[in-house]
Amino acid sequence: MAKKFLLKLFVVVATLALVVAGCGNDDDDAAPEPAPAPATEAPEPEPAATEAPEPEPMATEAPMDDEVVAAFVFVGPVGDAGWTWAHDQGRRFAEEQTGATTLFVENVPEVAEDFRAVVVDFIENEGADVIFGTSFGYMDPMEELAGEYPDVVFEHASGFKMNDTNFGNFFGRMYQPRYLSGMAAGAMTETNQIGYVAAFPIPEVLRGINAFTLGAQRTNPDVEVHVNWTFTWFDPALEGDTASALLEAGADVIAMHQDSTAPGIAAQEAGARWVSYNSDMSAFAPDAYITAPVWNWGPYYARIIEAVGAGTYSPGAYWGGMDDEIVTLAPPADDVPAEVIDEVIEVWDQIVAGTWDVFTGPITDQDGNVVVAEGETMDDGAMLGMGFFVEGVVGSADPS
Amino acid sequence: MSEAALIGLFVATVQFGTLVFLAALGELIAERAGVLNLGVEGMMTMGAVSGFMVGLETGSPWAAFFAAAAVGSLVGGFHALVSVVLGADQVVSGLALTIGGLGLAAYVGRNVVGERPETQFTDLGIAGLADIPWIGEIFFDQPPVVYLTVLLGLAVWFVLARTRLGLAIRAVGESAATTDTAGHSVMALRSVAVMVGGAFAGAAGSFLSLYMAPGWTEGMVAGRGWIAVALVIFGAWRPGRLALGALLFGFTLALQPRLQTFDIEVLGLDVSSISPALLGVLPFVLTVVVLVIISWRHRHRPSVAPAALGLPYRREER
Repeated sequence: MAKKFLLKLFVVVATLALVVAGCGNDDDDAAPEPAPAPATEAPEPEPAATEAPEPEPMATEAPMDDEVVAAFVFVGPVGDAGWTWAHDQGRRFAEEQTGATTLFVENVPEVAEDFRAVVVDFIENEGADVIFGTSFGYMDPMEELAGEYPDVVFEHASGFKMNDTNFGNFFGRMYQPRYLSGMAAGAMTETNQIGYVAAFPIPEVLRGINAFTLGAQRTNPDVEVHVNWTFTWFDPALEGDTASALLEAGADVIAMHQDSTAPGIAAQEAGARWVSYNSDMSAFAPDAYITAPVWNWGPYYARIIEAVGAGTYSPGAYWGGMDDEIVTLAPPADDVPAEVIDEVIEVWDQIVAGTWDVFTGPITDQDGNVVVAEGETMDDGAMLGMGFFVEGVVGSADPS
Repeated sequence: MSEAALIGLFVATVQFGTLVFLAALGELIAERAGVLNLGVEGMMTMGAVSGFMVGLETGSPWAAFFAAAAVGSLVGGFHALVSVVLGADQVVSGLALTIGGLGLAAYVGRNVVGERPETQFTDLGIAGLADIPWIGEIFFDQPPVVYLTVLLGLAVWFVLARTRLGLAIRAVGESAATTDTAGHSVMALRSVAVMVGGAFAGAAGSFLSLYMAPGWTEGMVAGRGWIAVALVIFGAWRPGRLALGALLFGFTLALQPRLQTFDIEVLGLDVSSISPALLGVLPFVLTVVVLVIISWRHRHRPSVAPAALGLPYRREER
């Protein structure tokens, strides 16, 4: 019996060793990169990112340390070419802009204990002054930790909780560049049928699909956007096959919401086109690529780090748009017609100037009901709770 | 529903079927030798990452495929060492393989996540046959792994059913003590079966990272290793039934993204409204149904599962 028990124990220990080996590497990577590449995603020139939200150059309360230590907690690997990659580009940009020391850990699960262990280590052993958490599931542990460490700033991407002193949240109006990418896609489709590989039926995803569709209709009134749900954020085989299914059903352009590049590879194999997401994924399927709505977190990260360093930080619920360049459109493929690009830039300018936004009426839903009347614009609350599809989308906004 | 959509459904059926068949075939060999290996998911994941990395290095999909098989068999060797040689609990060791394999693969592949593939398998349009309408595209314009897997299925059937080695493997799965008495090495037979099974799982993993979703990211096997384990039960531990089951499971996997595009009604039900999430559990539901049918049909006879499945063997211990 004892022998058997020992063997079981050995198995368990060996397993743990392997799992630990899987995570252990990250500390080495957390060392500051010698030469961070600036995040130069935006086709338009970057603004000088030195403008703090509330510039108080004479702030007298000097920070405790000489320089700010900013720590990033990532849900995925920085090489995912998608969500986490974009955040890491932002980290590199902010490090170069501010001279702050940045640290990061990849692949931190959305489990309170795991997240807490990483953050406590950052604060107690690395002297972190500001923690950026980049996944929705970190929200509750971040709220708790913000209470326990009042001297540390906590900034949470994609969440909605905050406090008055040291815990804020931030996100971007991705629907704006999605609209622009839809304009390009609408101009490129020949079958007037676009396939959309959709993740989960939540407001963020619905908003993206609707904005994309409205954009496509602007350049192509006959276009239909066919939505297939995968109920995954990341399953390349299923997402690639879903793109194939949409292409087989008659689509000749694929758009998507997940992190994987598989839909693009499927589109390229079928001789179809592809609007990627998160980052410029053109290298994965260069013939299929049209453009991509992308994240550009760097300027925001730099602003927060500077505010923390200057002692001027105050938490907010930030939902920035293209005017702040937290979201933008990646460069278009060479064969997107010049007049389409001109039109995209025209709308881009209107969005940035604040004279027009995507969900401006008249907008009707799939059943023909007017959701936004002519001349009106949907407010943020309605956008954040969006639960319908606009006319022109084929598929269910509330799949069983 | 268009012709292209229907053909696409069957093309994907064959590919997903190949994926789970190859992995399940390996598990079948191990289980027929009496060793349950719940590490298929881990072995496939290790195969996916190592195959992708070797593909990046060498530019050859075949080098990647066989490297993945070798890695799969090494990982399987760990299970053989722990559960066959040392006689530890097969369930615990197998689960350790899955959990550990996923973690180790994440570590090994940390620098190639999201990397662009250098090479991948391409469809093999078989001259003359690939041009036949319907049939050609579905059966004769697939990547070479599909045909290799069919051959492997025949080979496994032949070895198990028609050779002395196969007899010994089946015997050790029914009664290790009897096989031992007959002069065969239980340890050697079982270890080899587990390692060959691991090679199949690793190769299946590389089919994923070199063809179905070229590239590597953590969790890309996404539960298909468990579908392979279920498939072995569904196939009642027989290669022929396994092949049929693989086509059925492959069909449900291919249906999952496609059903939403199908504008048809079955018995008054709009099929496009069936949840794709629900379709994802269909293979497991089918497996349970088959288990119930099997146990009902065999209620007066011994189970169809290898009698010694899951039982470690130590000489002079009972």
